[in-house]
Amino acid sequence: MAVLRVLELLVRQSRASAAVATGLALAVLAPLAATAADAASAPLHMKDPAITPAFKEVDSIEARVQGCVTCHGDTGQGTSNGYFPRIAGKPSEYLFNQLVGFRDGTRKYPPMNYLVAYLPDGYLHEMASWYAKQRPALPPKPDIAFEPAVLERGKTLAVTGDKGLGLPSCESCHGKTLTGMEPGIPGLVGVRYTYLVGQLTRWRTGDRRAPEPDCMKRIATRMSEADIGAVSAWLAQQTAPSDMSPAPANSGQMPIACGSQR
Amino acid sequence: MKVARRLLAMVVGVLVLVALAATVLYFLRARAPCRRQPSPSSLAANAAVQTINRGQYLARAGDCVACHTEPGGRQFAGGRPMPTPFGNLYAPNITPDDETGIGRWTVDEFYRMMHQGVSRDGSLLYPVMPFASYTKVTRDDSDALYAYLMSVAPVKQANRKHELKFPFNNRDLLLGWRTLYFKEGEFVPDPKQTAEWNRGAYLVEGLGHCAMCHTAINALGGSSESKAFEGGMIPNQNWYAPSLTSNQEAGLGNWPIQDIVDLLQMGISTRGTTYGPMAEVVYNSLQYVTDEDAKAMAVYLKALPKGESEAPPTSQARLVEPAVMETGRKAYVENCAMCHGDEGKGHPPAFPPLAGNQSITMASPVNSIRMVLNGGYAPGTLRNARPHGMPPFSHILDDAEAAAVVSYIRVAWGNTGAPVTPAQVNELRKLLPE
Repeated sequence: MAVLRVLELLVRQSRASAAVATGLALAVLAPLAATAADAASAPLHMKDPAITPAFKEVDSIEARVQGCVTCHGDTGQGTSNGYFPRIAGKPSEYLFNQLVGFRDGTRKYPPMNYLVAYLPDGYLHEMASWYAKQRPALPPKPDIAFEPAVLERGKTLAVTGDKGLGLPSCESCHGKTLTGMEPGIPGLVGVRYTYLVGQLTRWRTGDRRAPEPDCMKRIATRMSEADIGAVSAWLAQQTAPSDMSPAPANSGQMPIACGSQR
Repeated sequence: MKVARRLLAMVVGVLVLVALAATVLYFLRARAPCRRQPSPSSLAANAAVQTINRGQYLARAGDCVACHTEPGGRQFAGGRPMPTPFGNLYAPNITPDDETGIGRWTVDEFYRMMHQGVSRDGSLLYPVMPFASYTKVTRDDSDALYAYLMSVAPVKQANRKHELKFPFNNRDLLLGWRTLYFKEGEFVPDPKQTAEWNRGAYLVEGLGHCAMCHTAINALGGSSESKAFEGGMIPNQNWYAPSLTSNQEAGLGNWPIQDIVDLLQMGISTRGTTYGPMAEVVYNSLQYVTDEDAKAMAVYLKALPKGESEAPPTSQARLVEPAVMETGRKAYVENCAMCHGDEGKGHPPAFPPLAGNQSITMASPVNSIRMVLNGGYAPGTLRNARPHGMPPFSHILDDAEAAAVVSYIRVAWGNTGAPVTPAQVNELRKLLPE
């Protein structure tokens, strides 16, 4: 069952990851992707307003961020694709840090590294603060079923943490409503399972890093693959609170020091 | 008592006035030397600062930073891998650190390196260092570059050893390469041309080292002078550097000077936009050239195409299957028309036109396909700090659809390009965006 679910997820994202996946992964996935495409009889280029370029004024920030819409949605709401994250409403400084990381290569994801390679700080700030101000509704939740025991374990990790493993809860830094905290902690609501698993795994392997002290590295390296799957599954099930704004800076003593909060 | 107080007040008042007058006089006297001739030593200092500033300008015009700085690393400390068909080379540290950089180089040794491609220890440089272009740089400019590099903060960072495959790891082979492809010599102005043209030629052929990409590189890693600026694939980057001598490609013979200046300095123009490796050149280098130098380069580049020997191309629309054309048209209307317009006219310079755009219709479809798959942002520059961008479509269009939409834009609206195949799209899809 679990294997099937993973395969299904991989098929869903196989088109997206075509740009980044290794040749080997592609070779394995190609037949599956073809089947999925055949099954979905609608042509792939069918207009989806949320990911189709659209703007009113050429000289506007909306027009300038058209380079982002096919992956992140027209207001950063995220799309049905599990790998591309929702960016709307995340703290401006968090988004700016990620953009700078992609530009300078400290965060590695070739499609993003390429897109922002030659953009100056001021402009990245403008993009970040525009997305930080957006409050679009969450896109419909993907229809993925998880075992109740997995969700239960995920909930425990997210809400209370695991003292034995030295794991603080997600809520203790990402906020009671999981909408993040200014200036550097991102919201987790509305972010998909695949993306969450991907990021926690990258942190665990050292591929993704944050300024020292790198709290997420300390957390992810204490987590098993099963725990990463469980907490991601539970987080991906959460519905939007009425206010999607991140908590103000220093709104609570964090259980672990984070370089990105300084 | 009262009189005594008044007297005291008067005395204090007079003293204050005298003090004020003395202060004013003192400052007037102190300022006086400024009106005299500056001393010889301060003149020398000014000249040195001016040389360093000029060196910094030239270092930007030469885009030294692009290769000699690792992404996220210290400026000019080297270490950036330069993938070539012959293996990885690592650009060296050119900060003035005595042990690991060029701190012990003399100005003569620096000139010999620029002019002859010979390192301080006498070893021959690999031609990934564009000394075949830099040989045209004048002694005076080379000295200014040296002065600037000596003025930057030294960084202690040992050079990485090159990782070249056999037999290219043998530097003696470079003697052969030099015999075939290297001609030593400073730029010689052409008296038949204007000073502006000559300045442009000096920058384009010398520090700009445009030939490194815009002249095809052969199997030996050399480029032949007779093919100068005729375009070619950039090895390992998989972008096509279009010909600067053919108006069918990036030849600028029909462009107004201001459009060329804009493309070089801003990265955008009403006729086209820079992406990929050219966006990097604009970002690191060309955005900093003065209006005069940008115009000089434009004048030279505009004069490069030597008239059209080829017959004007005709429409290739008949080569596109009607069903493919329809798929391409639909995909265009749904995904592209918002920015590029129903008739492909775009919203220049924010969103470039596709109709009549040489970079869309030129023989190599590589750049068009890559743009559809990976999107791209124009570089953020002094004159255009907030560029517009295009999103990736690799996850939205499959190979057949992407091929159809690229075929469509290459033949629609009187465009004279040829159709592309899904296999061509598939080849480029396997590469990482860069």
